Amino acid sequence: MFPLGISHYLIGGLIIGLGVGFIYLTTGLHATQSSFFDTTLSYFSNKPYFKKKEYLDSRVWRIILAIGLIVGASLYTILFTKGTMYVTSVQLWRLALGGFLVGVGTRLSKGCTSGHGISGVASLSSTSIFAVITFISVGILTAIIFQALGILP
Amino acid sequence: MNLKYFFVFLGGILFGFGLAFSGMTKQEIVLSFLRLDDLGLLFVLGGAAVLTMLAINFAPKLLKKPITGGTYTKRSRILNSKIIVGAAIFGVGWGISGQCPGSAIASIGIGNIPILVGIVFMFLGAYFQGTILSRVENRSK
Repeated sequence: MFPLGISHYLIGGLIIGLGVGFIYLTTGLHATQSSFFDTTLSYFSNKPYFKKKEYLDSRVWRIILAIGLIVGASLYTILFTKGTMYVTSVQLWRLALGGFLVGVGTRLSKGCTSGHGISGVASLSSTSIFAVITFISVGILTAIIFQALGILP
Repeated sequence: MNLKYFFVFLGGILFGFGLAFSGMTKQEIVLSFLRLDDLGLLFVLGGAAVLTMLAINFAPKLLKKPITGGTYTKRSRILNSKIIVGAAIFGVGWGISGQCPGSAIASIGIGNIPILVGIVFMFLGAYFQGTILSRVENRSK
């Protein structure tokens, strides 16, 4: 069940919660991720869907949050892996196809692993709890089917 | 510098550090959870949700209102079929690739260049949803 142990998972999760909690405490904002795609698209598209007031009002801080994420992960690489980079062995076609479905699905669902999974669950939103159960179940089913088809890693 | 942006940036650094520390920025580790080989991801989500829940419940008692102004609101979404269909589509994409939005963005920071392809396609998917899908939906109303 836990071949790599649980401590780094739990500590990492608590650090994530510290970051989300800090942003909430100081600014009242829910630091969720998938809205970043829609709000950033508002810079490039004139479609009314992307020009909603809530998107225009949040697009700057969402970009800053994304840059923070990259800086934080870089700090980890510098401090803990002596700068050793990691490159995934998941095939590009899977990153592309999976990425497209992640983009469609999270925006249709109005949340992702952080929006529904962290902020939604922490708000005890029943909608988010149903969403989390759905994407985890479907994710498991999909990954197991791919593995059975011999598509690895 | 705007104080709100400063706080968001600091919190984002913690968020990204935690994602990398927990291994969630590595798609192989997320896939090993989805294949039920290593259930550690549940501790990441659980640990993050518990601390966020504490913040959501105690922030209004601690400060009354956020330092940068506004009010404290809980996150709520009204349940409808789009939320569940969307979550299922997301689940398929997650199961195919081991990527989700936050972990993919943070993964750039650990040098994972191929993830840029995934992120570009996440933008394309969001664009498709915001243009084609939302238009079909308006027409059917």
